[in-house]
Amino acid sequence: MNQPKKEHFKENLKKRHSSAKVFYFLLLICLLVGFFTLSVLIIDLAVEGGPWIRSQLFTNYHSRKPEEAGMKSAIVGSLINLGLTGLFSFPLGVGAAIYLEEYAPKNKLTSFINININNLAGVPSIVYGMLGLVVFGRMFGLFAPDSWLVQFFNLPVGKGALGGLQFNLLGIPWLEIRLPFGRTILAGGLTMTMLILPVVIIASREAIRTVPNSIRDAAYALGATKWQMISTQVLPIAFPGILTGIILSLSRAIGETAPLIIMGAFTYVPFLPKSLWDQFTVMPIQIYNWITLPQSEYRIHLAAAGIIVLLAILLSLNAVAVFLRKKFEIHWS
Amino acid sequence: MRLGKTTTQIFERRIDPSPNSSVRKKRLGSKEKWISRILFFCGFFSVLVTIGIILSLFTEGVGFFLRPEVSIFKFFTGTTWRPLSKTISPDNFGVLPLITGTLLIAVISALISVPIGLGSAIYLSEYASDRMRSILKPILEILAGIPSVVYGYFALSFITPIVEVIFENWLGIEVSFFNALSASIVLGIMIIPTVASISEDAMRAVPRSLREAAYSLGATKFEAVSKVVIPAAFSGITAAFILAISRAVGETMAVTIAAGATPQMTLNPLESVQTMTSFIVQVSFGDAPAGSINGQSIFAVGATLFTMTFIMNVISDFILNKFREVYE
Repeated sequence: MNQPKKEHFKENLKKRHSSAKVFYFLLLICLLVGFFTLSVLIIDLAVEGGPWIRSQLFTNYHSRKPEEAGMKSAIVGSLINLGLTGLFSFPLGVGAAIYLEEYAPKNKLTSFINININNLAGVPSIVYGMLGLVVFGRMFGLFAPDSWLVQFFNLPVGKGALGGLQFNLLGIPWLEIRLPFGRTILAGGLTMTMLILPVVIIASREAIRTVPNSIRDAAYALGATKWQMISTQVLPIAFPGILTGIILSLSRAIGETAPLIIMGAFTYVPFLPKSLWDQFTVMPIQIYNWITLPQSEYRIHLAAAGIIVLLAILLSLNAVAVFLRKKFEIHWS
Repeated sequence: MRLGKTTTQIFERRIDPSPNSSVRKKRLGSKEKWISRILFFCGFFSVLVTIGIILSLFTEGVGFFLRPEVSIFKFFTGTTWRPLSKTISPDNFGVLPLITGTLLIAVISALISVPIGLGSAIYLSEYASDRMRSILKPILEILAGIPSVVYGYFALSFITPIVEVIFENWLGIEVSFFNALSASIVLGIMIIPTVASISEDAMRAVPRSLREAAYSLGATKFEAVSKVVIPAAFSGITAAFILAISRAVGETMAVTIAAGATPQMTLNPLESVQTMTSFIVQVSFGDAPAGSINGQSIFAVGATLFTMTFIMNVISDFILNKFREVYE
């Protein structure tokens, strides 16, 4: 028998313990890289941009003099875009989540929809910009003067920048419709809706899933139909969670730049949008524009000031979301 | 009497006393049906979005390849990307410089984000107490929530000067102001939370019994982590690595700002490169009209980008699903 003897064992406990300690410190350093970067970024922004946060930033448009330049149209554009995105993505996202959680049968189509939503969440945001450009901005060129649709129905389309089909829905003056949507704030909102829709669906599904089944059974036992059960029980309980998810997705949307650039948002908009059919710009595009200018007042100081405003809005959205979650959180026992 | 009548009316209207009332059933039934149809449409809408993406990318992309000035073979094998030059020939439309530029940045940023993200994940899953974890994790996740245009600014105003000092002043190597390395560094930092959260999930899925077996054999914590937990969670970590590259490939603003716009075949991270995404942004800013060769070229590039990220996402999903099966 080959019994292990004492010389088969090496006593190196000291070394093993010290390597465990070294490893622990390496882990701490890894964690600190993130926090260190975050604090450097914040200090950098505060030093470069802090003094440039002044009233002109909110009341003026971009100007050729850095001292007078502001981002009024960008802030308003961002907020309108955010509102439209929330307005569109709420019914679509929540509807999809209800369908998938409460209605969808277990079949191939449902699992295809599930896989599809997961894949959409991984599509680069710039691709959504191209989707928005072709589908909303140009509508596949269906309303260009030489398209088959226009020629077949003999539609009265215009040419040039304001081309396409224009009419008033049901003859009501303020219900103006333009096809295609062009480079308007409406097309921007729709593009952003497509971008955040998968995230909204996933978050709403999670919120609906936390509602215990006993609630559903209780509603059924009282004779409720499926929709009565959902609209009076499930949705009110899941609502804070759904809202939190939507606000968090909106806070991601407000920082998105690329999709709107591709879709055709403008860089210089010296007016506020008056209708859905106006041109627009958003904060990140304005910031990008300043970063690319050669003068250091724009490139460093104004850009940093703009970023501070952007991050402030983003953080307050996050704070609202966290507040809602904490306030309405239900612990099912 | 009167009161009784009203109550009956309410009663009849609210809770129909006769359960066989076919009118009520029909009315309720058709309402329910319509609601479920509308909800099905909402659920199906995401499929329409996918169809829209594929249609918009590939109709315009095919239009690009059908042009006589372009050849699909030279597009995927050519090493010169000069779409804005005056002589329009197939030789100027080789997408490889954009792909190498993209992959150069993506791989370097993954090499930065994977070790750091993994280290953070190990700390969070194996060392931190629940309280520590609930504080540290949200702070780490802020990194992923910061808009990419901010990272672009950070690269130009902070990282690039440091890179210039280190390489030019200390090592004497020429660095261009817009360079791939700065872009990769900020991108790497940006992706840390993604890598950390996926690998943390993977490590938390490793059963406790495996760790306890290691400890009972006398392993230190370092040995238990490095010889048991990490090998057991390896496929999850691989998935995180692939997903990190996929994220970096699709990232736009930070690389557009920091890496410049010089499409060239180079593996030197200190030079300026152009990625697929930054080319698309460059053309979109230039206002290329619909139907022009440049207006269409962004869709060919976009379709290539979409296909690459799609394949990587599918692979990482596949690995994660396989991995989940092992421990369930």
